[in-house]
Amino acid sequence: MIPTQFEYLAPTSVDEALAALAEHGDEAKVIAGGQSLLPVLRMRLNAPEVVIDLGGIEALRGVREDGDALVIGAMTTHHAVLHDALVGEHAALLVKAEHQLADAQIRHRGTIGGALAHADPAGDLGAPALALGAEFVIAGPGGTRTVPADEFFVDLFETAIAEGELLTEIRVPKHTGWGAHYEKFVRVAHQWPIVAVAAAVRVEGGTIAEARVGLTNMGSTPLRARSVEEALVGQPATEDAVASAAARAAEGTNPPSDLNGAADYRTHLAQVLTRRAVLAAAGA
Amino acid sequence: MARIELTVDGGKVSDDVEPRMLLVQYLREKLGKTGTVIGCDTSNCGACTVHLDGRSVKSCNVLAVQASGHEVTTIEGLADTHEGGDLHPVQEAFRECHGLQCGFCTPGMIMQAVDLLAENPTPTEAEVREGMEGNLCRCTGYHNIVKSVLHASSTTAGGAR
Repeated sequence: MIPTQFEYLAPTSVDEALAALAEHGDEAKVIAGGQSLLPVLRMRLNAPEVVIDLGGIEALRGVREDGDALVIGAMTTHHAVLHDALVGEHAALLVKAEHQLADAQIRHRGTIGGALAHADPAGDLGAPALALGAEFVIAGPGGTRTVPADEFFVDLFETAIAEGELLTEIRVPKHTGWGAHYEKFVRVAHQWPIVAVAAAVRVEGGTIAEARVGLTNMGSTPLRARSVEEALVGQPATEDAVASAAARAAEGTNPPSDLNGAADYRTHLAQVLTRRAVLAAAGA
Repeated sequence: MARIELTVDGGKVSDDVEPRMLLVQYLREKLGKTGTVIGCDTSNCGACTVHLDGRSVKSCNVLAVQASGHEVTTIEGLADTHEGGDLHPVQEAFRECHGLQCGFCTPGMIMQAVDLLAENPTPTEAEVREGMEGNLCRCTGYHNIVKSVLHASSTTAGGAR
């Protein structure tokens, strides 16, 4: 299958891209790396009249430091994020998730901004972004605004990015020295997770001082497992203590039922995977 | 129509194409480079893997217009990227280790293996299996494919590219 006919625009700056979006409105679709969009266009689940390619906007690529945060350009590929020294040092959880995202070929083309803006509830980056308290820089006709992760994911494939706006940067607060792990349960290699858990913990002398836990595919958006986080603080990084906190992983979630598993199966998985993820993150 | 100019297997090409044309279609239908095959057409199987600016991509999941201004290497031009011999060392290794049965997945397997070895010249068996996870073989020939990649690594001392 090939997509329906469309007009192709390749702006070289964010301003040019915003102008194209303003001109074409909802007839246009933005393509980043295209690894989710192109299959959709090929299956003709969507048929935009105009495709605006961000691939030529060099300013949207790369990782830099800005005080206590890392700033990751929306068009930075998964492969580049995975191998970036700054991300490795200050946001290890992202590296763990990127490592398991799709496959090498997809990681060479796909971008962090494209994946997050696509907001597939089974996507691998939403839970780590939530867990790390990322902020999303969104450019629009009236300038830029910054949206916290808690408000970015609105619903299934829906984010706070409004019509005429573009995601330009992801700001990730540094979590230097935190242990991290992404525990993903899949049916076959390189598929989307049935459930996955992103965990980052700061351990001090064998005790969990701080914990962040994000859940993938346990609802229509990625979710924070706040009750697990609270239960972990002050606990020793032992199997029993972590298992007891992880038992609360599914609280407040609304997991889907599909061919891969029923909701109650996912509820069980979330607890098991949370225990594994936290223990691995704590190095226990 | 959109004007594209790119380098494919060392030669410069330019064409007017529909923006919706996929890179794999362009390679096969416009340039006649049918060595790159279409397997699943859903970006799952990896049979259509080529290199875009030196990195592996699934050419059924890239538009031809997106490759404009860039450099593409297909299985047909791979041997030319290597000095000496008719075959690239990874091609040679697939022949030596019988890394194929029906051969349909082979172009993609080889292009991904070359990328894998460029990034990690001396992978473990586990790293090979993980690095090849985006390529499917329906003859269940994975064991010999993995053997082939490891063999290529050893014969080139990791210098497979």
